[in-house]
Amino acid sequence: METHHDPDAILEMLDLQVRRGDRTVLNVDSLQVLEGETLAIIGPNGAGKSTLLLALARLLPTTQGEILFRGQPLGMLDELSYRRRIALVLQEPLLLDATVFDNVAAGLRYRKLPSLEINRRVDEWLGRLGVAHLRQRQARKLSGGEAQRVSLARAFAIQPEVLLLDEPFSALDAPTRLRLLEDFQALLAATSITTIFITHDLDEALLLGERVAVLLEGRLCQVGTPEEVFNTPADGDVAAFVGVETVIPGQVVSSSEGMVTVKAGGLQLEAVGEAAPGRSVLLCLRPEDVTVWPRDGSPHSSARNRLEGHVVRTAPQGALVRVVLDCNVPLVALVTRASARELELQEGTPVTAAFKASAVHLILR
Amino acid sequence: METIWNGILQAFALLLHGDAEVLEVTLLSLRISGLATAISLLLGLPTGTWLALGRFRGRDFLLSLINTGMALPPVVVGLWVSIFLWRSGPLGDLRLIYTPTAIIIAQTVIAAPVVTGLTVAALQQLNPRLSLQLLGLGASRTQMIVALWREARLPLLAALMAGFGSVISEVGASMMVGGNIRYQTRVLTTAIVLETGKGEFALAIALGLILLALAYVVNLALTWIQQRGTQS
Repeated sequence: METHHDPDAILEMLDLQVRRGDRTVLNVDSLQVLEGETLAIIGPNGAGKSTLLLALARLLPTTQGEILFRGQPLGMLDELSYRRRIALVLQEPLLLDATVFDNVAAGLRYRKLPSLEINRRVDEWLGRLGVAHLRQRQARKLSGGEAQRVSLARAFAIQPEVLLLDEPFSALDAPTRLRLLEDFQALLAATSITTIFITHDLDEALLLGERVAVLLEGRLCQVGTPEEVFNTPADGDVAAFVGVETVIPGQVVSSSEGMVTVKAGGLQLEAVGEAAPGRSVLLCLRPEDVTVWPRDGSPHSSARNRLEGHVVRTAPQGALVRVVLDCNVPLVALVTRASARELELQEGTPVTAAFKASAVHLILR
Repeated sequence: METIWNGILQAFALLLHGDAEVLEVTLLSLRISGLATAISLLLGLPTGTWLALGRFRGRDFLLSLINTGMALPPVVVGLWVSIFLWRSGPLGDLRLIYTPTAIIIAQTVIAAPVVTGLTVAALQQLNPRLSLQLLGLGASRTQMIVALWREARLPLLAALMAGFGSVISEVGASMMVGGNIRYQTRVLTTAIVLETGKGEFALAIALGLILLALAYVVNLALTWIQQRGTQS
């Protein structure tokens, strides 16, 4: 997926650095954002995610390097006309003290669009975000979820070439957040606006990101599909941050009594969760939830999922050994050194791996 | 006690009678302080905005100057404006001393720091990320500033009220640079000083009531606009 100087790239960052005093707060060797894709930038708090987003919005000066927009350096483009081709949504909705209509119209009025067009677009986007009934409401009287929907409508109405989002869902309570995430996901799919969004929430990254970039302590550590990043973290720091190391894409075959059966890599796997048959899902597993034993052994296990496979490689990790397995789907297990010795786990060892349906973290795509 | 009571009664009689001189003094006060406040707004709003949003060396020093300026004693302003406008002073050729313009200048020097300082405070109470958000929606710098003013309209109105209040009630500077000349530079406050000195308590009380009523009406109008803003 990774391409350099890709003509499909709408935004490219080359050797980008932002320093504050003598501290480097952002260091991105190379990152391309492809036209129409949704790129999730993940990292813990203070990793430089917002700095990167503000630099992309041209609202923060960079110390070194270049950002290209459709192949042209940002510095060569008129600042205002560049900013009018993008839209930024911040964590807090930051609505103006005016009606919902005036808020959504703001960006369009800045662009001096005719009032008929403004009316049309405001109504369209209030409708698409499910807040058309709030049109004449004062923005300060909205709930958190409503306000963030209005804030998103305000950005979408601009019809930007790039949508930049800084943790727009993180301040919402769980049910509100889930509903908005689902609607937002549908809107992204329908509009195919190039979207870069920041989150420290891995579920959001998996749910929305077609690609995921991991930013740790200002350094861009890895970019790839969610499966790549979560299954094969580039280094220990990324692995430690993402936690889950097995992400299996699949499709729901059936669903009953709070359990789903998912077809993945020719296997039928079970997971706790609700999803309609046909729905694309990701099965996420933590390595400590995967147990391993020799193929001919028969331990007692209530695990719903048993997979035959072999060891691809082993890597010691402190008191534990990280065992990478191929069971038609990639799987990572963590076992103690003693177990690894007893089970004689080494490259090529045929094994049976198991994990409970309740250990699977199901993400709907 | 009787003096006060008689004074108040005579004051009402004067007011009801519609004394021509009293009316003229009132209108002049309103015109001078209104203009000084308007000029202070023209100077203070952009300066305050620049100080609130700008990040540059010396900003803290300038802010401390403005804050000191908010407590500038009117007599000190009167002294310095007099020195500058005095016939032999640096701006003596303009022949402005003892004219309404001189009072407007002095009152502007008093009100401008008040409006500026309160503008800074009004804008700094907004979420600092709001300006980023507005720029991120495609606002030009000017559009962003206008939007911030709109957001801070209530405290900005308070700044305007405070500016007007500081000059309509001021006497020292008006007396010094205006000279309290009858039919020319006599305003409500200087007239009250004069009439009190002459023992004309009735007239002084009448003028005092007018001054209070004037300040009240202007502030009532501004408060009405302000509160309408909070309810909408």
